Amino acid sequence: MVLLAFLVAITWAIIQLRDLFAAVMLTGIFSLISACLFMVMDAVDVAFTEAAVGAGISTILMLRTLALTEGRSDPRYNRLELGPLAVVVAIGAVLIYGTFDMPRFGDPNAPIHTHMVPRFLEQSSEIGIPNIVTSILGSYRGYDTFGETTVVFTAAIGVFLLLSDLRRGRRVDDALRDDIILRIGAKAPIPFIMVFALYVQFHGDYGPGGGFQAGVIFAAAIVLYTLVFGLAKAEKIFRRRRLELLVAGGVLLYGAVGVVSMLFGGNFLDYNVLAHDPVHGQHYGILLIELGVGITVAAVMVSLFFLFARRQQV
Amino acid sequence: MIEHLPILQILVPMLTAPLCVLSRRPLVSWGLALTATWFALATSIQLLIRVLAEGTQSYELGGWPPPWGIELRIDLVNVFVLLIVTAISSVVLTAAPRSLEKEISSDRHYLFYAAYLLCMTGLLGMTATGDAFNVFVFLEISSLSSYILISLGPTRRALHSAFQYLVMGTLGGTFVLLGVGMLYMVTGTLNIVDMGARLGDLGPNRTVLVALAVIVVGTSIKMALFPLHAWLPNAYTYAPALVTAFLAATATKVAYYMLVKFVFRVFGVELAFTALRLDAVLMPVAILAMFIASTVAIYQSDVKRILAYSSLAQIGYMVLGLSLASVTGLTGGIVHLFNHAIMKSALFLALACVVLRIGSTQLNDMRGLGRRMPLTAAAFVGAGLGLIGVPMTAGFVSKWFLVLAALESGYWPVAVLILLSSLLAVIYIWRVIEVMYFQPPPDDAAKLTEAPWSMLGPTWVLVGATFYFGISTSLTVGVASQAADLLVNGAAP
Repeated sequence: MVLLAFLVAITWAIIQLRDLFAAVMLTGIFSLISACLFMVMDAVDVAFTEAAVGAGISTILMLRTLALTEGRSDPRYNRLELGPLAVVVAIGAVLIYGTFDMPRFGDPNAPIHTHMVPRFLEQSSEIGIPNIVTSILGSYRGYDTFGETTVVFTAAIGVFLLLSDLRRGRRVDDALRDDIILRIGAKAPIPFIMVFALYVQFHGDYGPGGGFQAGVIFAAAIVLYTLVFGLAKAEKIFRRRRLELLVAGGVLLYGAVGVVSMLFGGNFLDYNVLAHDPVHGQHYGILLIELGVGITVAAVMVSLFFLFARRQQV
Repeated sequence: MIEHLPILQILVPMLTAPLCVLSRRPLVSWGLALTATWFALATSIQLLIRVLAEGTQSYELGGWPPPWGIELRIDLVNVFVLLIVTAISSVVLTAAPRSLEKEISSDRHYLFYAAYLLCMTGLLGMTATGDAFNVFVFLEISSLSSYILISLGPTRRALHSAFQYLVMGTLGGTFVLLGVGMLYMVTGTLNIVDMGARLGDLGPNRTVLVALAVIVVGTSIKMALFPLHAWLPNAYTYAPALVTAFLAATATKVAYYMLVKFVFRVFGVELAFTALRLDAVLMPVAILAMFIASTVAIYQSDVKRILAYSSLAQIGYMVLGLSLASVTGLTGGIVHLFNHAIMKSALFLALACVVLRIGSTQLNDMRGLGRRMPLTAAAFVGAGLGLIGVPMTAGFVSKWFLVLAALESGYWPVAVLILLSSLLAVIYIWRVIEVMYFQPPPDDAAKLTEAPWSMLGPTWVLVGATFYFGISTSLTVGVASQAADLLVNGAAP
């Protein structure tokens, strides 16, 4: 409840603030508190994702966007509009009305706990990995995850399409070259962040983690490098062409796992047929698709950041 | 391979999109995309044949049985929607290269084709799936890619209208997600068939009522049902001509199908219409949409905009069919979905030809077009007749069924209103015809050549289909009436 109260307070502050920089920072805090809230509700994987994506990467992207626009919102948009307010209040009331007949939170007899969950909980014999969330996302509902990866891929295509031809202005070297403390201080953690990303990537079977989170963390390392050493240097390694390759490659890898399982006589994304032993097959399948997710997500995040960063203030 | 058909028609465009990104060449990626769309069309024809012969096809993804895994469920209703989506995508894409050259710089074409394929993938995935959450995942793919496609329009206003659509569309998607979440809470399942069965046992309660409300609102935003239509006219007007031809015929139709699927499959006729009186909300809204949108269409000066408002009116007809909740009504709705997709996309393709040659779709600039581009203008007239609902065209068939259904349910004023609103269609189509044929071309008009065959061909194929389905109704009405029967009376095999 305390956390929820915090959320409300922060939302109010974001609406009231005219200074967009502060507002963006507050959205980061908002995400972090949501992550705590998810932790309290025992949704560790969701919390992890929220912390990495909501509090991490998206805050950075918004800050980067702010650098291109004015730092303050137009006061003209701060009037109180009664019509929309009424609509919002009405919808809120309807939604609250809808909660009256919901099963109570944590009720062990609620349909969500009795219908499908028993099989998910006993899945260790079918899939053989301890993290149930990973087995649901990776295998039972692997097709959904494929869809979500495609959503990320679609977003990248959109940004490539919209921002690529708008390059204008001369390129400013934005590296913080003079600040030696910052350079060394930032350089030190980069390898550790990357190793941690790999850990999250491959340890998703056992603890919270997986391709989405790992991809974002990996991208964060590269973004940090770019911030300190400048775009020109970072782009030497991550050229647009290579990024496009990786963005598409991750999706293709995911799809390929599915297609291979079809060739081996199973259905799309049926990992049982990938190895002699179904449980091993599940292992390989989940490992590979998570890798596909990780590659696409990391490449997309890096591309988004580069494309925004490349635009200079007009 | 034959048992994989349900997934293949989604998977092939889905995986061709990254291949397009890798290829980078405009023509190569066009070739790839074209192969994928025509393959998907062939697959959906094959599926239709199989569903007619053997009944509903189910495909378990990952080999997990529903409700644990995700299921693709192809029945008579959605195979019909799959058919129209793949057919329109294929035909429109065939006309693509020339039209795109005019509106988008060629170094971005490969990304355009990737986005186009993704949009198609999203629409097909939403249609084919038998899982409520999976609907949302593919809704995201199709929405995101359609915002992208719209934002590529030639003027800066395209960006603004894409953003407007993005805000509205995201709201719609969120409402759908909320509804699905609530249904999951009370039923404990995400599989649509399973959900429908468990909801039937549960009966109406407050959570179910709100779930129905938010899902209806969410899908209505996506299909631009009056009064939640504000995004559509701008989006259609400022998008690239080709994109409008594609989206107008597919996106709103799939959203309509989504509503049908949730109302009839999940909630069921009993719950939605008897217990919760959905028809009392939808019918007036549908009739208002027919009249207000048609009237507004009459006063527009941009032909693309006229057609956009006309689309809103047509959505009204489809929803009217749904709200009657009878076999005939739903048959009318589904047939109209199919027929309108063909006619509208023919009209917008004709406009794409106009844009290619004169670079504008303002009524003023189209003066005398009947003589300057006779084939394009004739195609417009042909499809326009269909839109009005002249006998021997496809539009007549679907309106006929709607009138029948209204009379059957005892709503004779509604039948009269359908006829009256068709008169409004006569007016706005006639305005365009008058300008094209009975006004002299502007004096300073340059000599125009007819649009290239690569674009006229696909346009005329669709115009031909408008007349074909007006005369031979065995495919459309035959399948749709069986589908409607399945939806209204349940009894899915």
